Amino acid sequence: MTTTHADYRLSQLDQLEAESIHIFREVAAEFEKPVLMFSGGKDSIVMLRLAEKAFYPAKIPFQLLQIDTGLDFPEVLETRDRWVNRLGVRIVVASIDDAIANGVVVDDGKTSRNRMQTATLLNAIEDNGFTALFGGGRRDEEKARAKERVYSHRDEFGQWDPKMQRPELWSLYNGRIHAGEHMRIFPISNWTELDVWDYIGREGIEIPSIYFSHQRRVFVRDGMLMSETPLNPTRDGEVVEERTVRFRTCGDITLTGCVESTASTIAEIIEEVSVATLTERGATRGDDRFSEAAMEDRKKEGYF
Amino acid sequence: MADQTTQTTQPTNMDLLRFATAGSVDDGKSTLIGRLLLDSKSIFADQLEAVEATSASKGYDYTDLALLTDGLRSEREQGITIDVAYRYFATPNRKFIIADTPGHVQYTRNMVTGASTADLGLVLVDARQGLTEQSRRHAVILSLLRVPHLVLAVNKMDLVDFSEEVYEKIHAEFTQFATKLNIPDLEVIPISALAGDNVVNRSENMSWYSGPTLMHHLEHVHVASDRDLVDVRFPVQYVVRPKSDEHHDYRGYGGMVAGGILKPGDEVVVLPSGMTSKIAGIDLFDREITEAFPPMSVTVRLEDDVDVSRGDMIARVKNAPVPSQDIDAMVCWMTTTPLKPRQKLAIKHTTRTARALVKDIQYRLDVNTLHRDQETKELGVNEIGRVQLRTTVPLLCDPYSQNRTTGSFILIDEATGITVGAGMINSAS
Repeated sequence: MTTTHADYRLSQLDQLEAESIHIFREVAAEFEKPVLMFSGGKDSIVMLRLAEKAFYPAKIPFQLLQIDTGLDFPEVLETRDRWVNRLGVRIVVASIDDAIANGVVVDDGKTSRNRMQTATLLNAIEDNGFTALFGGGRRDEEKARAKERVYSHRDEFGQWDPKMQRPELWSLYNGRIHAGEHMRIFPISNWTELDVWDYIGREGIEIPSIYFSHQRRVFVRDGMLMSETPLNPTRDGEVVEERTVRFRTCGDITLTGCVESTASTIAEIIEEVSVATLTERGATRGDDRFSEAAMEDRKKEGYF
Repeated sequence: MADQTTQTTQPTNMDLLRFATAGSVDDGKSTLIGRLLLDSKSIFADQLEAVEATSASKGYDYTDLALLTDGLRSEREQGITIDVAYRYFATPNRKFIIADTPGHVQYTRNMVTGASTADLGLVLVDARQGLTEQSRRHAVILSLLRVPHLVLAVNKMDLVDFSEEVYEKIHAEFTQFATKLNIPDLEVIPISALAGDNVVNRSENMSWYSGPTLMHHLEHVHVASDRDLVDVRFPVQYVVRPKSDEHHDYRGYGGMVAGGILKPGDEVVVLPSGMTSKIAGIDLFDREITEAFPPMSVTVRLEDDVDVSRGDMIARVKNAPVPSQDIDAMVCWMTTTPLKPRQKLAIKHTTRTARALVKDIQYRLDVNTLHRDQETKELGVNEIGRVQLRTTVPLLCDPYSQNRTTGSFILIDEATGITVGAGMINSAS
């Protein structure tokens, strides 16, 4: 048996964990068909760990959902498979390419994969009848997210209306929805990037190897270091060279940049994050840089 | 997030303070939050650059730190804050979650929301204006929501020549007013959010002030003892039954401890059935623990195979709430259609959801004057009043003054599904 603190104080990481577990249990109890949106990135892996804890020794009582962009890092997919096998959960994979093939999503050559990702997701929600979707969004990530609820209501079109958000008081969450609507649930809303890393370190959680320092052939585009890959051909003037890098987020391989880093352990990453001067999205996510309101616009349309 | 000297990795004993801020743009609240984030090095270069660029494009000759906290485009366009926003910063020993509530639009609803989870309330006043109706209102709401610690920050001291006299006058006036409220701990701090005096760094302009800086106070205010560690309250949230070969007979009750300290061997009662048993064990994931206390999320196992389900409550045999269908509560109404007697609503209290009938609206509380208006028999949006409810099933509740978890509820419109009210229980019978 483990003895707890003599002064009945919970560390902030324990408080955050307790709050997240509470949210997972509440959703599992009140929603007909919840699902966990799993990207394979560190935030969704932390969510998976929290869900594992919330229902232990029972299995996680819901499925995982992944949107396959066709542009995922192979290392991320490998980690995903190990997690899924260890926990014995089912994963539904909705692929953008399939959605295009089925005519659900139109690829006009101008729409970004990101936009198509949203349409594929909304289609998967409808097809499977999911009523609650856990997402790994954190309020410290971005200004539009700072005002989002833990339970974020989406209408029949999957849209978020920031002006019509339900007040959220104490730890009392209102999960009422009408047929066709769904709720996005953000169990790690109150975690910061540093909290996530501290938790990964404390729990010894397996995350994709691309988060750690490695040698990679990269080129510079729009001030970001991008991976050399056939999925993302270089343009005129872009020079590929090998550098020592790591990724701060895991997204679409054609849009997610890496940073030069020698951090090869969690402790070194935490040290690096502590002294970082750019937000993780601002530094390495092409999809969030288009405008100051980019995230707000995509969220309104039904993005994660 | 911070430079290496102030923060490398978070110590494992780092704790958490949630605080709510209240005040309008004019009081300099957004500037103060910007200052706290900036001086604790919680702002990233790209965030600061965006704000500097916006300030320049608006023709300001200073960086408008308020822009750091205006998240939504419609807010930036209108120059106002619409909604409660949550912000995060950390110092070496404490992480802070700020519920930043706007001063004017939907003020009561937003402040009640922000204050519901707060350990501390921060009210700003402009030193030139002294206490206003709005600052009194903020203090009343924080007191109603039983936020145990209150800080009155007297801002813009630079504009009154850092006058001790001005500070003392506001201090005395507020202390006098606070005697009518439930404020167990009050601190009045003279600051200048714009210049940074007494926010993080001690002011050189106010040598007459010997109290703490705002940051020092936020870092050291003692909050662990605010929770009830005596009266055991464990609302059952989720029944864990693996039904696997390995854990064939496992049956545990998942939930968050709302009060008291639970230990294996404790004699407990399950409400509303009244059946008694003993705690066989308490699990935190794959570990057995010796004690569970608020706000831990644990799984409790009982020695006897009693019938327990979501919505039930585990308490001590000689210290348990009385199940009750008649609830007397202060209700904050949050939607434009007024609350009236005979109205039926859904009510969510801990893990129990029921229906409630409004029996009576006893009075409406004027949050500016504390006057009880007994003439009006309805509550409009952003109004607070004393309401009698009758519920379809008994609630297992305590007065809000004793326990903020078992004493609170939300009201939901059954047709729209929207949260329309927040309640704080006075008594149940």
